Amino acid sequence: MLGDKVLMVGNEAIGEAAIRAGCQLYFAYPITPQSELPQLLARRMPEEGRVFLQAESEVAAINMVYGAAGAGARVMTSSSSPGISLKQEGISYIAGAELPCVIVNIVRGGPGLGGIQPAQSDYFQATKGGGHGDYRLIVLAPASVQEMVDLTALAFDLADKYRNPVMVLGDGTLGQMMEPVEFGDIKAEIPSKPWATTGRKGRARNVINSLYLDPNKLEEHNWHLQAKYRRIEGAEVRYDSFNLADAQLVVVAYGISARIARTAIEMARADGIAAGLLRPITLFPFPTGAIAQAAEKAAAFLSLELSAGQMVEDVRLAVNGRRPVHFYGRTGGIIPTPQEVYEEIKKLAGEEVAK
Amino acid sequence: MKVVFERPQALSDVTTHYCPGCTHGIIHRLVAETIDELGILERTIGVASVGCSVLAYDYLECDWQQAAHGRAPAVATGIKRALPDSIVFTYQGDGDLASIGTAEIIHAANRGEAITVIYVNNTNYGMTGGQMAPTTLVGQVTTTSPRGRDTKEAGYPLRMAEMLATLKGVNYLARVAVNSPANIMKAKRAIKQAFTVQVEDGGFALVEVLSTCPTNWRLDPVEALKWLDDNMIPYYPLAEFKVSGEVK
Repeated sequence: MLGDKVLMVGNEAIGEAAIRAGCQLYFAYPITPQSELPQLLARRMPEEGRVFLQAESEVAAINMVYGAAGAGARVMTSSSSPGISLKQEGISYIAGAELPCVIVNIVRGGPGLGGIQPAQSDYFQATKGGGHGDYRLIVLAPASVQEMVDLTALAFDLADKYRNPVMVLGDGTLGQMMEPVEFGDIKAEIPSKPWATTGRKGRARNVINSLYLDPNKLEEHNWHLQAKYRRIEGAEVRYDSFNLADAQLVVVAYGISARIARTAIEMARADGIAAGLLRPITLFPFPTGAIAQAAEKAAAFLSLELSAGQMVEDVRLAVNGRRPVHFYGRTGGIIPTPQEVYEEIKKLAGEEVAK
Repeated sequence: MKVVFERPQALSDVTTHYCPGCTHGIIHRLVAETIDELGILERTIGVASVGCSVLAYDYLECDWQQAAHGRAPAVATGIKRALPDSIVFTYQGDGDLASIGTAEIIHAANRGEAITVIYVNNTNYGMTGGQMAPTTLVGQVTTTSPRGRDTKEAGYPLRMAEMLATLKGVNYLARVAVNSPANIMKAKRAIKQAFTVQVEDGGFALVEVLSTCPTNWRLDPVEALKWLDDNMIPYYPLAEFKVSGEVK
């Protein structure tokens, strides 16, 4: 067992947290920049008497997740952007059949084969469904190696609580960087799953399914799913803030971008600019209410992302036209420096806050 | 009075959606009889695939999972790895297993995954309206090979059983047909063997079942049985290709 505080890279921290959260099966397929995770679990899962299986493809891996989740097990898979695209068919079926599982996406630049450097350009795919049909994943966005531990454990609990796939959305930086982490007392509290296909001993048969040929039944199923997503929006929003109370310019940023934003905000504050940070921890459900509340006092918003501008659309929906919402981002695997972000904040403060 | 014939306990007492003369019903019954005879209903989990047999979960009384097109062997792998004491089988058509699902079936077989696969080959995509499948015979007319399958454009019919027989991970592999009482008896023995292998922890087992599709073949049910005999069996010979992991 690991001691109280250890140095780990993000990808390995996710693996160790998953084991402590009671993950019984993990289905892998190699892809950069998440390979440390399957490599760790190839060693660790059998040590714990659990299942590690390297599938023939991401497509097969997510369908193995479907089977194991349907059989009632805590199960996880991980990949990076191009591999997550391949999993979308299976994720749609998992959402449709309401199976709990954890999917880790250590995002890299796209589109296509893209690159292997960090990015946040899978935001739309993660938060708006990703595959076909009306569905949502719960999406958790860690901003440190410690949060990769905490949110991985939370992901398993939320998946079981709502019978819904949960995505841990990291990026190549978080996956590869090393920080001290504590595992604390992660508890593997797995609820009973009377719906699982475990063999029909002493009960009627169970069927795991997403097919409803009768449109009335399919509509009813969809309203049932939507009601669940509304419950999740009501109960599971998580966000963090920094210097937000008196902020005139609110930077909205998640994951590694929020770390950069924080440094830039400190630089701006030293200049007397009232900048603050609102960091979504859950991307679905999105902290719409918190942003709307910030819009009561703030003069302007800046969405900072490692993309060409995706989360900014949700920030605009939350602000609802009451304040200007700006965007700054780098893409393709380029990470902006705090200085760059500070310059942007300073420019916007001059344009917006003075008015 | 002695009961000489009754519905297997594992076979649901419902009317199926299958077309008149379709042999899926016979194959379902053979699987149900096998489940009864081996006494495994309470630990069996079926995996239904996409195609005519997508609703198989309404016709057999075990637990079921419905899988995406071609992915049944991967889903079955997930179930079996989670519950090693369960009996897991897939029920897949030829469009599902031999086209979109080739990667999943080959790798499940190659891993020697301890599952049973019932592979129903009727040489076309029945559910979607009789399109050409990888198994469609040369010259066979379908809705997407209106001039007959041309090997220059569409290659040759895939013999999945022969391909899979080359894999070390496979314990039992047979091709049977359900177009005559004698063939049905042999099909029953093969299906039972394929489940017995799993009960005895033997590894991967697959039975390819040649089946009719009167509706899409544009034949009446009796003509369809004869068409299978005259056209399919010469190209897809009936045989046990592997028994106890040994090539026959």
